[in-house]
Amino acid sequence: MAILPPGVDAGRFAAAIRRFEEIVGPEWVFTSDEDLHPYRDHFSYLKDQPNEPIPSAAVGPDRVEQVQDIVRAANEFRIPLYAISTGKNFAYGGPAPNVRGSVTVDLKRMNRVLEVDDKRHFALVEPGVSYIDLYDYIQERGLKVWIDTPDPGWGSPVGNALDHGIGYTLGFYRDHFGAHCGMEVVLPNGELMRTGMGAMPSAKTWQEYRHGYGPDPAGLFAQGNFGIVTKMGFRLMPQPEHWRNGLITVPKRRDLIPLIETVNYMTDLFMIGEPWYGSPLRQLMGNTEFREAAGRFDEEEMDRQAAAARLHSWQVELQFYGSERTTLANWEYAKELVARAVPQARFTDGESLPVPLTKEQIHETTGPYPTNMRRNVTQGVPGLGIWYMTGRSEMNPNAWDETHVGLFSAVPRSGEGVLEAQQVFARIARDLEIPSFNNALGTPVNWYQFTFLMGAGFGIPRDYTPEGKKRAADILRRILEENAKHGYGDYRAPPILQDDVADQYSFNDHVLRRFHETLKNAIDPNGVVSPGRGGIWPAAYSSFRGALRG
Amino acid sequence: MTGRRFTRLALAASMLAAWSAAGQAQQVRDDEAVARGKAKYEHTCAPCHGRGAGDDGRVMLPGTAALAIKYRGELPPALEDRQGLTADTIRAFVRNGSFSMPPFRPTELTDREIDDIAAYLAVSSSAAAAGSQR
Repeated sequence: MAILPPGVDAGRFAAAIRRFEEIVGPEWVFTSDEDLHPYRDHFSYLKDQPNEPIPSAAVGPDRVEQVQDIVRAANEFRIPLYAISTGKNFAYGGPAPNVRGSVTVDLKRMNRVLEVDDKRHFALVEPGVSYIDLYDYIQERGLKVWIDTPDPGWGSPVGNALDHGIGYTLGFYRDHFGAHCGMEVVLPNGELMRTGMGAMPSAKTWQEYRHGYGPDPAGLFAQGNFGIVTKMGFRLMPQPEHWRNGLITVPKRRDLIPLIETVNYMTDLFMIGEPWYGSPLRQLMGNTEFREAAGRFDEEEMDRQAAAARLHSWQVELQFYGSERTTLANWEYAKELVARAVPQARFTDGESLPVPLTKEQIHETTGPYPTNMRRNVTQGVPGLGIWYMTGRSEMNPNAWDETHVGLFSAVPRSGEGVLEAQQVFARIARDLEIPSFNNALGTPVNWYQFTFLMGAGFGIPRDYTPEGKKRAADILRRILEENAKHGYGDYRAPPILQDDVADQYSFNDHVLRRFHETLKNAIDPNGVVSPGRGGIWPAAYSSFRGALRG
Repeated sequence: MTGRRFTRLALAASMLAAWSAAGQAQQVRDDEAVARGKAKYEHTCAPCHGRGAGDDGRVMLPGTAALAIKYRGELPPALEDRQGLTADTIRAFVRNGSFSMPPFRPTELTDREIDDIAAYLAVSSSAAAAGSQR
């Protein structure tokens, strides 16, 4: 199944491949179906369809000069490129490009940890370094810094940050792009640029002062296609001496409002790690009477049944990093603040452990209360444990999640905002005639310190035939449209949905997209760097906008 | 001992020494492959397919748990305990993926690294089998 880049004939493609082989060596240029199979999205909605975004070739440089030469060759031969780091952006397209026939620039071999400083608390890494690699590097050297890992942890700090990925420790570090400090980029003409203090050749503060001088273009390289990032610095959290957690529950449905307001206060004082919200009432969803009340959003009846079951409506688990004394003082203060806002709140002390936790302590789940929290990631320990959710299970021993996709929308960070979003999601499900789970008990994730993201409990049909996948993708698009009507914007998307998500950010006749595309056409006139990524289409490939919808 | 007989014996001794040296060199190469394979396995495969417990109270890691469901006791779920995994078999799963395990690219795992992993798994599974027979 030979695929050619769009508008490129076989002769020109063969010449381009020969050039790529000269640049990186023939053993690192891949063109056979067998070799290219791992460059497809394993969870694609378009698997084996005529418009599945499959690359025509892949090329694996191991140093920045090779990346520059690849970009120059792509301009010469008019070949669209698509850069990946570790290629593990599953649920958001994996390693697959936006344009079928692109040449994938696989940066995995650029896997050097260039520096970790545990006195000034930063790292400088190449794109092929994974979170597991960086964690191992730090542990092997006994350095006193933590990483902030996504879950699972096989991805790349560079790639994850460039898709606005998130983690689970203190707020500043959870925003992986926000915690970056300085990057090196191969521009679409092959020139090498450094941002922040990296622009000053003699500076020794590249990973300490992000802004440098003048406009900082770093944001253009996240969810964009303005260059290929070849190095990136990250601020790292110093290893704390102690960790403590605790559980707070509040009895009534409307108590969510003062609870969130109070937790926001603590969050924005930088007093707590990630708060984990939930609802103890989920255990009542097997009860028909309660489920029907929840389906009607009958708050009075839900409160009555919760009280009858001696259950509280909401919970939040807080965690504290510091010393034994400061974490205790902050927990006591947290209790005081919530008790002032919700006098009927209950508090359960969690665990109080010196850091680093032992492996046994990380895996311990029989704490003072049932927890939803994944403790390894709150301790900056990467793993693949969470991957269980995509695979075989006792309930589905011969099935797996073949269209694993993430859909999380930013909703207002307030109790009112959450309660409204629950009703909106339920209405959307009803209108689309798809099952809706637990919407009345849906809670936000506070991955970003100042943002609530909510994934609706929609039951997307698990029909993995091509027609079934098409229907499911259409449902996802309808959900995005309906969400946007309520101001809920998706934070991240796979290539099949990137045009749809970008369409929702349409203020003033899509001026943001027009601004991006004006810039794109100016610095990448041939449109060779990742055309279509983030819904940004250069003129040379503008006819491909929406091509993955069909 | 005649001179001719001495020569034959000396020749045989030197051939034995050469075979022995070659054998030792091969053994060293095998040991190095097993060591490399162990390191690569622990880095790349064990986070999903390891013998250890899963997190959050799960009994097994996800790959091991999935194979336990698949084999229902007919085969050991942990790859380090599983005999007969040739390099070609491992390569087929690595390059194609299986269920929710995505395929891995040559830039992540080269063919030689897969050979090394096969060498390590042969040793680890033999040791596991010997241990279970004791």
